[in-house]
Amino acid sequence: MSERDIEAGPTRRPEVPPPHVATDAEVPTETIFRIRDLDFFYGSYRAIRDVHMDVAGNQITAMIGPSGCGKSTFIRCLNRMNDLIPGTRVDGSIDYHGQDLYGPDVDAIEVRRRIGMVFQKPNPFPKSIYDNVAFGPRVNGHKVASMDDLVEESLRKAALWDEVKDKIKKSAFSLSGGQQQRLCIARCIAVKPEVILMDEPCSALDPLATNRIEELMIELKRDYTIVIVTHNMQQAARVSDRTAFFTAEVSNEGRERTGVLVEFDRTEKIFTAPTDRRTEDYITGRFG
Amino acid sequence: MIVGFLSVCALLSVLVTVGILAVLLEEAVHFFAAVPIWDFLTGTTWAPGGGSGAAGDYGVLPLLSGSLMIAAGALLVGLPLGLATAIYLSEYARPRVRAVVKPTLEVLAGVPTVVVGFFALNFITPTLLRPLFGEDRVFIFNAAAGAVAVGLMVIPLIASISEDAMRAVPQSLREAAFGMGASKRVVSLRVVVPAALSGIAASVIVGLSRAVGETMAVTIAAGNTPRLTTDFFASIQTLTAYIAQTVSGEAAAGTVRYQSLFAVGITLFAITLTMNLVSIRLVRRFRQAYQ
Repeated sequence: MSERDIEAGPTRRPEVPPPHVATDAEVPTETIFRIRDLDFFYGSYRAIRDVHMDVAGNQITAMIGPSGCGKSTFIRCLNRMNDLIPGTRVDGSIDYHGQDLYGPDVDAIEVRRRIGMVFQKPNPFPKSIYDNVAFGPRVNGHKVASMDDLVEESLRKAALWDEVKDKIKKSAFSLSGGQQQRLCIARCIAVKPEVILMDEPCSALDPLATNRIEELMIELKRDYTIVIVTHNMQQAARVSDRTAFFTAEVSNEGRERTGVLVEFDRTEKIFTAPTDRRTEDYITGRFG
Repeated sequence: MIVGFLSVCALLSVLVTVGILAVLLEEAVHFFAAVPIWDFLTGTTWAPGGGSGAAGDYGVLPLLSGSLMIAAGALLVGLPLGLATAIYLSEYARPRVRAVVKPTLEVLAGVPTVVVGFFALNFITPTLLRPLFGEDRVFIFNAAAGAVAVGLMVIPLIASISEDAMRAVPQSLREAAFGMGASKRVVSLRVVVPAALSGIAASVIVGLSRAVGETMAVTIAAGNTPRLTTDFFASIQTLTAYIAQTVSGEAAAGTVRYQSLFAVGITLFAITLTMNLVSIRLVRRFRQAYQ
């Protein structure tokens, strides 16, 4: 605890104010991710720097900030999705339950089985609803007593079962956008992850469908840890327990934008009494 | 003015197609007056110029089976290799490797078919097939060599069309699978390939229709012996090889033998037209899939 305070202390980088990071006393549950000094590079270009954050279990942690502030890049570091882009590199550390996520003997595939992801646009496979949900367990070779039960359970958890139970063998494309996104959540749940990362999961949906997903997220946090990137500040305010505000630092005469974490705290605090001026400007709409 | 010129050019291709069909039909009608169409389609002996009754000599099945043997054998060679190439190029190859492999494939597609036929006759049969399956077993002209030769020609076609179909699979589907902990192999084989299936099927049909239409390579490698057989190591004759042989021979205009060219031609035309129609439908289906 004190060790982190030293790391985050103002002496380290005096030219920028250190991110205000809530102390462990405010974190009610186990720490799932312990992120320290995280830098992310595309080739030689640094897209994020010095992110310092603890993500608590069974909570919803929201990332907000203007476009290009690196919040999507950041969330993709958490399940090593960025590994798929050639020429990218991570500096610093992300500990997941105390284990270095980028350690030499860690298998990125295994990481993604435990830390699932839901994307910006619903992306069901061109298969039936059933086969979409069953895909993960099948390809991951999970020994499942009854696939039918697992599919039903996953769809129930994603609050989709009642709407699709009579057409489970129909194409996933026959569903509406909001239903497709809940199907993607069900598909993710079927792999039995511990964490669900959501990268702007509602940005392609109408307000009603968005509302359903938000309700769902709040239900899901009993069983899962959720990290969500959102463009929508109200969404962060409505669903999340803790909010991180990112912004982009422009350098090299405007040619480079580097994402930094400005402030990370309880959501209520971020939206009512932010510590950093930049956060306040953003949430009050003066910027971004 | 320019528009007029361009539209005439466009019209020309339609006219040529109609013209070809008209010529084929006209002579074929004469042929079918001499040889009942049923005898033509079901007869098992193809012996133009010889034998007794004209009708009994013109059973197209030996030629048809020759063409189908070549097509099936070519697919057996071309589909796995072409598909593997497509998966590699679309999912695994680094851009620099791709930049070398793709043009090389196109070179393979551009090798004159007569050269491929010659390669089959002088390399595939004597140095591959004969040592492998026995000197006495494999004729110098044999269907297997022809099929392998045509298979080689079909690889670039299948690879190129399938690769286009695979690259058209949205990245978001790959991400979805990767995000669930799928390996690269799983993503390639169980997400990308199924999603590109109609494009792959179209490539197979284009390959098949190429194989059925191929003339020079099969004439050189597979011989000119019309024979209803399943023996790939025997000499056979395909529909196209018969046309090539007879056109360059001494069939006098107006004879049944001369007219048989057009009957065989129209058979070929019907086969490739059907395949092209099917492939157009398939391609259309796969284009609609992700709009």
